[in-house]
Amino acid sequence: MKPEHLHFFIDPSRCIGCQSCVQACSECDTHRGESMIHLDYIDRANSVQTVPVVCMHCEQPTCAEVCPADAIKRTADGVVQSARKPRCIACGNCVVACPFGVPEVYEDRKLMMKCDMCYDRTSVGKKPMCATVCPSQALFYGSAEEIALLRPMSEPINRFQFGQQTITTRVFVMAPRQFVRLAPGLDVTAVLDTRPGQDVFDHVEI
Amino acid sequence: MATPLSESDTISLPPDGRPASEQPAWRRDFPIDWPQDQDVERRDFVKFLTLTSFAFVIGQLWIAGQSWRRGRAEAPAGRRIASTSDIPVGGSLVFEYPNPHDTSVLVRVAESEFVAFSQKCTHLSCAVIPKPDAGVFHCPCHEGVFDLRTGRVIAGPPPRPLPRILLEVRGSDIYATGIETRSV
Repeated sequence: MKPEHLHFFIDPSRCIGCQSCVQACSECDTHRGESMIHLDYIDRANSVQTVPVVCMHCEQPTCAEVCPADAIKRTADGVVQSARKPRCIACGNCVVACPFGVPEVYEDRKLMMKCDMCYDRTSVGKKPMCATVCPSQALFYGSAEEIALLRPMSEPINRFQFGQQTITTRVFVMAPRQFVRLAPGLDVTAVLDTRPGQDVFDHVEI
Repeated sequence: MATPLSESDTISLPPDGRPASEQPAWRRDFPIDWPQDQDVERRDFVKFLTLTSFAFVIGQLWIAGQSWRRGRAEAPAGRRIASTSDIPVGGSLVFEYPNPHDTSVLVRVAESEFVAFSQKCTHLSCAVIPKPDAGVFHCPCHEGVFDLRTGRVIAGPPPRPLPRILLEVRGSDIYATGIETRSV
């Protein structure tokens, strides 16, 4: 059981694209050689800025909603687990459905594998591997009090708007405090409409 | 078995945000939350079936072995159990035959007529009680009634007559010479 008071915080603005998390993740024996975390480039043509992508552990897990084999389960501590091996049929529905682009199907072994917040570690009170190796603390695992002290200018958000659908997650994203006050959630569809060069919070009127 | 979908033990929320009572029935059968997902996997089910049928086969072999052993068992040796003066007419005497703890009961039905039966009721092995006045053996556990002279079932749940102890009266001594098990 993951401790209740510990949360995962992602601070995309601190990511330096060093790929330490990717290396650390792929060294794990539970999915040896494959990384369950990846870095996304926001605007590759104009910027080197990257964003680490881990499973957000939604309260409404769309991957599990669309799974025809009933293979994706969520434990009582809120962690959406990787596909159950005997059930997964590698159809890839979850890959298409996930709003954050987390699950990945491994065709050679006919299995979907995704980030499970290092369940072998977090369930015994340790930090996820990526959070322990991140040199810039873009990936942070700890209590809400710790992050409030460490990031006075930012505030964690876990509400994401995808058109008509609101997704709340167990993993938090750090956003500038001034924008969070105006808009408690992040309207992802509006962000996707922003042109390169614009800030992701430009649609929020100050 | 699908467990009822109550809002307290559900942590994952349906995407439309409506309460559990308004959700379609398939959500109960395919819960997202681990604690509610008690479905048995096909492989586990097949494993269960195979192991259970193996257990049945072994049980059948054991039963066959037991009946083979019982069929080969020698008839018990005769033994003196009482003298005729020990029991009055209408009286009874409990003795152990053929083995210790196999209690049987001897009844003097008439001056020169003795009967003996195993005291173990053929229903669930309670001790039957002779009632010579009524001419029956009565089992108090489930109201089973056997005939006093023949040991046959008169009433109640017992499926078979009581095993009869073969008797032989030599002079003033009563000997048990064998046991006769009947199926009807």
